[in-house]
Amino acid sequence: MSAAPAPWLAVDPERCIGSGRCVLSAPAVFDQGDEDGLVRLLDPAPPDALRAGARNAAALCPSGAILVGGAAPQ
Amino acid sequence: MSQPAGTIAHSPDFPLDRPEPLAPPQEYQLLRQERPASRITLYDGSQAWLLTRYEDVRSVLTDLRFSADARRDGFPFVSPAVRASVGGRTPFFRMDPPDHDRIRRMLTRDFMVKNIEALRPQIQQIVDGFLENLLAQPQPADLVREFALPIPSAVIARLLGVPYEDHEYFQSRGQRMLSRDSTLQESAQSVVDLREYIGRLAESRLTDPGDDVLSRLVVEREATGELDREDVKSTGLLLLVAGHETTANMIALSVATLLGHPEQLAALRADPALIGNAVEELLRFLSVVHSGVPRVALEDIEIAGVTVRAGEGVIASIPAANWDPEHFATPEDFDIHRDARRHIAFGFGIHQCLGQPLARVELEIALTTLLRRLPGLRLADGAEYAPEKAVYGLHRLPVAW
Ligand code: HEM
Ligand code: SF4
Repeated sequence: MSAAPAPWLAVDPERCIGSGRCVLSAPAVFDQGDEDGLVRLLDPAPPDALRAGARNAAALCPSGAILVGGAAPQ
Repeated sequence: MSQPAGTIAHSPDFPLDRPEPLAPPQEYQLLRQERPASRITLYDGSQAWLLTRYEDVRSVLTDLRFSADARRDGFPFVSPAVRASVGGRTPFFRMDPPDHDRIRRMLTRDFMVKNIEALRPQIQQIVDGFLENLLAQPQPADLVREFALPIPSAVIARLLGVPYEDHEYFQSRGQRMLSRDSTLQESAQSVVDLREYIGRLAESRLTDPGDDVLSRLVVEREATGELDREDVKSTGLLLLVAGHETTANMIALSVATLLGHPEQLAALRADPALIGNAVEELLRFLSVVHSGVPRVALEDIEIAGVTVRAGEGVIASIPAANWDPEHFATPEDFDIHRDARRHIAFGFGIHQCLGQPLARVELEIALTTLLRRLPGLRLADGAEYAPEKAVYGLHRLPVAW
């Protein structure tokens, strides 16, 4: 119904503590910023093949900085 | 209301004994089932709560109402050494937000995955060097002294900008600082020594900076007024000690564990690409931060069927959580094929280990190199486990090859 569906995947660098778990789980989806070591999203709508890795990253993230599903999980 | 669990005393002395060197105290199994929040008695006679279920441990570590601030009344210390180890200016791992986050974020760049990955060649070189030293020893040789302890010491020294030649100085003080057998005075003296030592290094980096973490702290943070010298000392001390003790113990215990499980060792030798998975399982199985993670409640909190009152101490048990059969089937089986990544050997929540990317790479390289170069590696008599250390490990691990 909503006009602008939330992205499937989102990160919050404010909550991130730079553990690196996401980068190890899904290196094509997550990165750590060169200046601060905090999470950056490389791909908010990763292809199916990368989604399991992204989900795993969200489950492993110690600080709850990764949100999966958005408004329209597939 | 908690019922007495089996034969366990009402409020047992903590830490509990570990009769099996490679397994957590067996009481955890009963406690997890029957008294998942259990009263324990600490060395100074004070009481705290011990949490043993994976779910509860994770929820304590993600709930900011459980404070990591060691300056608060009621904060539980498991030994005089651990009490003394946070003496002087409190290090950021025993602070809460916003101070914790502010200081930790000064370091996340240095320890991020891609910067640690870039160190692989240097770490390999350090490992190769100590392997040659080991090979030059008469057999049996002590794997702790020749291999497990020097590798992480040399790596953290290089990263931090501490001269490795001083290793006997910082290793002996680091060990005394964290041993349950140390008196409060002995441990406190070690803290004083190490703070002075790092303070002297920091002073010299101010005028002669290098490409290392201590120089960056001094030049980018102290000189700009974001940190003062006392914070630099606390942070340097934390990195130096956390950076070598934990990983050294993990390397030695990992070798003892692999050699004690020949079929697992054979599987790893047959497929070295399993090393990443094997390291996660070793971290879970060994859970070297065996006295758990201390916190103090800031308000009354319901957890595991009890109310923890404001001001009461809580110990979130890492080994008990990592051996919770609800999350890791037959936890007593050491199985390098299992998916162990949800272990909390590095903690959880905002204090989860800053050095974990480094520890993983060091463990991978050290174990892979040792197994490749020494196909006949075996245990010799005389292993000496070290249950009195704040981080579980071995004093000696004699091996032959
Ligand atoms: C296998 C080796 C290691 C293990 C098992 C380990 C375990 C842990 C655990 C359980 C914590 C959480 C403490 C808490 O929540 O109160 C922690 C925090 C920490 N570790 Fe490690 N560690 C290891 C290696 C390292 C290394 C190599 C460094 C390198 C410098 C390091 C630096 C730190 C720091 C600075 C913290 C505090 C983080 C914070 O409070 O935000 N550790 N570690
Ligand atoms: S796993 Fe979470 S805390 Fe760790 S780097 Fe990624 S987003 Fe940050």
